[in-house]
Amino acid sequence: MDLTLTAMLLQGGQEAAAHTGAGFMPFYPGLILLLPLAGFLLNGWLALKHAGRAARVTRVGGTYDLDGGGRPATHTLPTWIGPGVMGLAFVLTLVNFVGMLGAGLHDPVVIHYWTWMATGTFTVDAAIQLDQLSMVMMMVVTGVGFLIHLFSVGYMKDDPGYPRYFAYLNLFVFFMLVLVMGASYPLMFVGWEGVGLCSYLLIGFWFTDREKSDAGKKAFIVNRIGDVGFLLAIFVLYRTFGTLDFAPIMGGAADTLVYGGGLVTLVTLFFLLAAAGKSAQIPLYVWLPDAMAGPTPVSALIHAATMVTAGVYLVARSSVLFALSPVGSAAVAGIGVLTALFAATIALKQNDIKKVLAYSTVSQLGYMFLGVGVGAYAAGVFHLMTHAFFKALLFLGSGAVIHAMHEAYHATHRHDDPQDMRNMGGLKAYMPITWITMWVATLAISGIWPFAGFFSKDEIIWYTAAFAGAENAPFPGLYTLYWILALAAALMTAFYMTRLMVMTFHGRNRTGEKEAGHLHEAPPIMWVPLAVLAVLSTVGGWINVPEELQASIVGLGGLLPSSEWLHHWLEPITAEAHHIQELQLGELAHSAPFGGGEVAWALISTALALAVVLATSQLLGRREVQSPDADPEPTGFAKVLANKWYVDELYDAAVVKPIQRASRFCWKVIDQGIIDGAVNAVGYLARGFGWFGSLFQTGTVNTYAFVLSLGVLVILGAVFF
Amino acid sequence: MVEIFFYIFAATALGGGLGVVLSKSPVGSLLMMVVSLASLAGVFVLLEAHFLAAIQVIVYAGAIMVLFLFVIMLLNLGHDYQQDLKWGAFSVLSFAVAGGLAGILAREVGGDWQIADGVVPPGGRAIDAAVREHGAVGAIAEPLFTTYVVPFEITGILLLVAIVGALALAKRNVS
Amino acid sequence: MITQALILSAILFALGTFGVLVRRNAIIMFLCIELQLNAVNVAFVAFSRLVGIEGQVFVFFVMTVAAAEAAVGLAIIISIFRHYETVNVDNFNLLKW
Repeated sequence: MDLTLTAMLLQGGQEAAAHTGAGFMPFYPGLILLLPLAGFLLNGWLALKHAGRAARVTRVGGTYDLDGGGRPATHTLPTWIGPGVMGLAFVLTLVNFVGMLGAGLHDPVVIHYWTWMATGTFTVDAAIQLDQLSMVMMMVVTGVGFLIHLFSVGYMKDDPGYPRYFAYLNLFVFFMLVLVMGASYPLMFVGWEGVGLCSYLLIGFWFTDREKSDAGKKAFIVNRIGDVGFLLAIFVLYRTFGTLDFAPIMGGAADTLVYGGGLVTLVTLFFLLAAAGKSAQIPLYVWLPDAMAGPTPVSALIHAATMVTAGVYLVARSSVLFALSPVGSAAVAGIGVLTALFAATIALKQNDIKKVLAYSTVSQLGYMFLGVGVGAYAAGVFHLMTHAFFKALLFLGSGAVIHAMHEAYHATHRHDDPQDMRNMGGLKAYMPITWITMWVATLAISGIWPFAGFFSKDEIIWYTAAFAGAENAPFPGLYTLYWILALAAALMTAFYMTRLMVMTFHGRNRTGEKEAGHLHEAPPIMWVPLAVLAVLSTVGGWINVPEELQASIVGLGGLLPSSEWLHHWLEPITAEAHHIQELQLGELAHSAPFGGGEVAWALISTALALAVVLATSQLLGRREVQSPDADPEPTGFAKVLANKWYVDELYDAAVVKPIQRASRFCWKVIDQGIIDGAVNAVGYLARGFGWFGSLFQTGTVNTYAFVLSLGVLVILGAVFF
Repeated sequence: MVEIFFYIFAATALGGGLGVVLSKSPVGSLLMMVVSLASLAGVFVLLEAHFLAAIQVIVYAGAIMVLFLFVIMLLNLGHDYQQDLKWGAFSVLSFAVAGGLAGILAREVGGDWQIADGVVPPGGRAIDAAVREHGAVGAIAEPLFTTYVVPFEITGILLLVAIVGALALAKRNVS
Repeated sequence: MITQALILSAILFALGTFGVLVRRNAIIMFLCIELQLNAVNVAFVAFSRLVGIEGQVFVFFVMTVAAAEAAVGLAIIISIFRHYETVNVDNFNLLKW
């Protein structure tokens, strides 16, 4: 990046002034992008240096040991660079956020830096868009990202790949910010692909383990399927609008596209495919559970808090398009609620702590899809945000647990699985902070008042009910079904999360005598982020308390702050979509399908969730958990759930194996047989001619003389006859 | 009378040629070659080319063949020669090719030139006149030193080059 | 008689060709080539009866060339013989490459 470019980025772009909305002046927004990129470059350089030195040491037969002679600079500097750039980026984002907050509602601010590509009439600018939606995403990415970077310092400090880890993590944040800040679909796609790349790199971070590198590949390949949808949608959009910038598309969609028309339905379904790939929805969710092979903070950052929510962001960003397509929206909501329920059932019987959380993530992403699918874009983004808090907390907490288990096993040279919950139990005595913070997150995800998850999840479920009862709801029966399924999945969430907590922290300690002595609470660098996230998981929901609830007992009669703040905040983004919705659907219902208002159902759902939590903890608390070796194989339906509905096996048989066979056919028959065969045949033919010709090359003069004479004879014959 | 002599000479020339090809020993081939060359000298005489007949015997049969003989002696190939003539498919093919050549050449080149008996053809008359004027040697020397003097001189150079080349090639231990 | 001479020339030439093809002894092959040259000489002399003295002049040149060729060729054979201790051309198969 040359100097003028950097200077341009720092100045905030040339055209900034022309596009700035009323009152809001962005404060070095380009720097927010550049900081993680700089972190990536610096850490990457250190990683290369480290790799070079390790290679030199091992080449002469030595073993490269980090413990010997103190930590080298390559392993101390990333501690400051990695979280440092994130902290700065967060502060900058915060400054911009406060600026935007002070400016009130305004149109999106688009800052053009330079023309990225211009071919004929097609132009894409390298431009970032600062608006309320991207600001929320930036806050989540940099804020939660910063906390996870801090946690990583403790979690990864003994890993030889420490600088490489932070390089990848910084690169990820850079691409994630490109994704949410880009002002056009192509730029968003750059971020989209970039985070996919970083996801692949980080899942396969310990690439010497075949299984882990395979998991990385699986994530990458499954994501590619979704990317096809993204590209196709972009093509159709360009064909229709002649531009790919967000502003003209969102502004002109209502005039250009017909409500419920084939074109917009096509675009939304393509986008749904893309979002399903990135956000791990049915049928493309299979990569996310495997992605747990990566380091646990990576799971927290990429596979829970940020990257996997890109699909939700995509739908929210394209809200106008989805509002114009009832079929597309119904598909989004349907996929979402099915995924929510389906993943929740799988999570019921998993024993790997990270697997439970992975399926829980898939399930919660399903809720977000349901939210944006029923036109509650703000509610979807709201749940995205609260989920980022409590799921990052859960993952980091599980990371702390795994870290402790791993160290205990390492100290006693045991080779059991430190992630299997059947090996844990009773950890609350050893790691109280982790225990408490994770309970906070569990209550939040279970939807129990007054934790964050309660407000966000309840709002999604409520909007589903309201949508089902709207005056002109496109598929009222279908949406009623969605609502019931969503409620069922919410109860399952409460069950499996409580099960996780009980198996991990309560009951008898099953780590073993020797190992128990080595169990200890995580260091401050790790538990401080947990505590911060726990606070956020508690109060995070209060920014968007619905007016009706706020006034009621749920809102403690107006004691909870700020009514529907996020809704109003996102108004400039969702207004157009809501306008279309109101036009087409009429007013939303004020009661659930089977009666009962918003307050009533909020009370019912929180009471039910609480009941499930209590009942589960009582029931499971009494039962003795068997160690993995002694645990009997599940039978019947439980076996189906434990084996994840055999979806992986199904995909293997229905997709992977046929493709392998087809590829094998292409390889063996078409490529090696026909194509190579043809090439070889030409070669053999030439060789045959050569062999035939070589018969005349005896080397003896007589043969040549004979051929010469024959030639003379032939020529004479030709002349005279 | 002339015809009878021609057929005798032709027969010995062909017999000599056959001997060259079929003789087992190089010396035998060489001697047969001499027979053939001498017979051809007779044919030349019958064709009124007396000077050529003379140098055929002197240069060819005399000088060149002696050179061959010397080489055979030098390489000591006289006795322990190898049986190098193998009768096989290749020989049959070669015979067919050679026969075809002979047939085509005999048919096309040796076709009927329509010269009546006792009539001297135009070239023959010119040669006879030249011989009457300059003598047998002079008749051929006259164009050689007038019209073809340049090729003649070049031939002299060619011979010189051949001598030098032969010396260079055959010399032992070229250092 | 010109016709007969030309037929003699053709047969003699073919005989020489046959010799070159079937013999493996380099010296005898050389002799056969001389035989071919002589066959051509006969044809020249026969044609000189039809066109004039030039045919005989040409024979003169052919003989000269034959002499030169014999000198150089035999020198080559000697040289080869020093290398291979044989004049059988079957052993000289370097032309294969």
